[in-house]
Amino acid sequence: MIVQRKRMNWWERLYLSAVFSGLWVTVRRFFRRKVTMQYPEERWVPPEGYRGMPCLVRDQEGHVKCVCCQLCEFICPPKAIRITPPGPDGPPPDRPAAEKAPLEFKIDLLRCIFCGLCEEVCPEEAIFMRRDHQFTAERREELVFDKEELLRRGGTHHDRALKWKRKEEEAKAQGAWVEPAWSPAETAGAIPERQEAGGGK
Amino acid sequence: MSWSGFIVITLLKAAAVLAGMLSLAAAAIYWERRICAFIQGRVGPNRAGPFGLLQPMADAVKTLLKEDYAPGRVRKFYFSLAPAVAMFPGLAILAVIPFGSNLNGCPMVVADLNIGLLYALAVNSVGVYGIVLAGYASNSKYPFMGGIRSSAQIISYEVTMGLSVVPLLLLAGSLNLGRIVECQSGGLFHWMIFRQPLAFALFVIASFAETNRLPFDLPEAEQELVGGYNVEYGSMRFAMFFLGEYANMIAAAAMIVTLFLGGWTLPWFGLDQQAATFWTGALHIAIFLAKVKLVVLGFIWTRWMWPRFRYDQLMSLGWRKLLPLALANMVLTAFVLWARA
Repeated sequence: MIVQRKRMNWWERLYLSAVFSGLWVTVRRFFRRKVTMQYPEERWVPPEGYRGMPCLVRDQEGHVKCVCCQLCEFICPPKAIRITPPGPDGPPPDRPAAEKAPLEFKIDLLRCIFCGLCEEVCPEEAIFMRRDHQFTAERREELVFDKEELLRRGGTHHDRALKWKRKEEEAKAQGAWVEPAWSPAETAGAIPERQEAGGGK
Repeated sequence: MSWSGFIVITLLKAAAVLAGMLSLAAAAIYWERRICAFIQGRVGPNRAGPFGLLQPMADAVKTLLKEDYAPGRVRKFYFSLAPAVAMFPGLAILAVIPFGSNLNGCPMVVADLNIGLLYALAVNSVGVYGIVLAGYASNSKYPFMGGIRSSAQIISYEVTMGLSVVPLLLLAGSLNLGRIVECQSGGLFHWMIFRQPLAFALFVIASFAETNRLPFDLPEAEQELVGGYNVEYGSMRFAMFFLGEYANMIAAAAMIVTLFLGGWTLPWFGLDQQAATFWTGALHIAIFLAKVKLVVLGFIWTRWMWPRFRYDQLMSLGWRKLLPLALANMVLTAFVLWARA
């Protein structure tokens, strides 16, 4: 295709008109709002649904939601998740109806590819991809987060279902509730004391 | 005045001009970065000190502390000489610029030469050696290309620059810059920019070319020559090129102000006469500095607005458009003056 150029008149050919309009453009730009974000002070907030750091959560009653089913560990494509189950002799979970809770739960953020499969696969809604996406560390080990750190970063998930609590109540109402061999109060010291949830979920 | 007194006062004036020039150059670098950022929708350096005002100082400390490194296979002597030569004309031209009327009867010009204008043009043409030497001594292709372009460009535009000021000499009847400033007193329209608008335009265009500023920055041409003649330089030597570029820009601005914009004068409140008191003298210096800053602002503004000329466009503009215009302007002015006399 041949583009027919408009013939320029003498004023346009003089080049000065382009100069003045150019100066006008730059002056307007000069007073425009600046797009720079002053990084450490101002930070970009990713949109809702952004897949950042995977974290463990507690429910509003302060219980660790993870039941150590290890589905996330199995599905994790880069094998970034390492879960240590309590085993037959390990400490019981902090909820009487739940079967187990992880003894240790580690996520290596250097391996994590932020695919979100762990969040998707979790049957207990215990692991969530948060919007945190900036990690700095001086050593690799600092970016392998353990259970405490993951729970601290994950905060509280306000769960409407509260599955295990309801199961306990239903069993009690039907008279089918079997008191576990251990009492959650006795074993409270066996698993680390829960902390204040950092940041709402 | 005794000889010793003359020497002391001249040295003092030279030191003051040098200090003023270097701080102006530092300020110009700061403003360049800030204005460029603002035009591009950014914020620019704003961390060192309030509004980033200490940024030039931080840069200076950085370049001073860096290792003074010369790559292998460069021609060492010329390689070291080039930055100094590039910086020299910007500082040397200021010697003849009258930057004020007088302070307590002491004329505010370092050297009141009768051939001040010729001296300025001559010294200015030395500047090309810095770039050409850098290009030659670096022993590397990009600096070499930069040096070649620079020699062609600066020599071409020097002709126009020299010819464009001839009408001024005809009008002022003197090569002394002080006299040229004086003959612009007595009203705004006595300024040479209004009496010789074409000469002004030609001189400004030639100044842009001489100082390697956009749209004439072919010797540097970051996009094609990755910086041109100063590619192989680092640390303080690079800083001298950088400072030299801004010193040249300020010297060019001072020349434009002196020749066309009335120098230290303002046509109102009797500010176009020699100062009678100390404070008027100081005011004259302030007026001169303000004018220079405005012209430097123009230089910076233009840089972020204009694309670079192609090499053939540059040559065509220099030889086929500006040079005939300058010659015609000269002949016309001479003819009008002759007809009037």
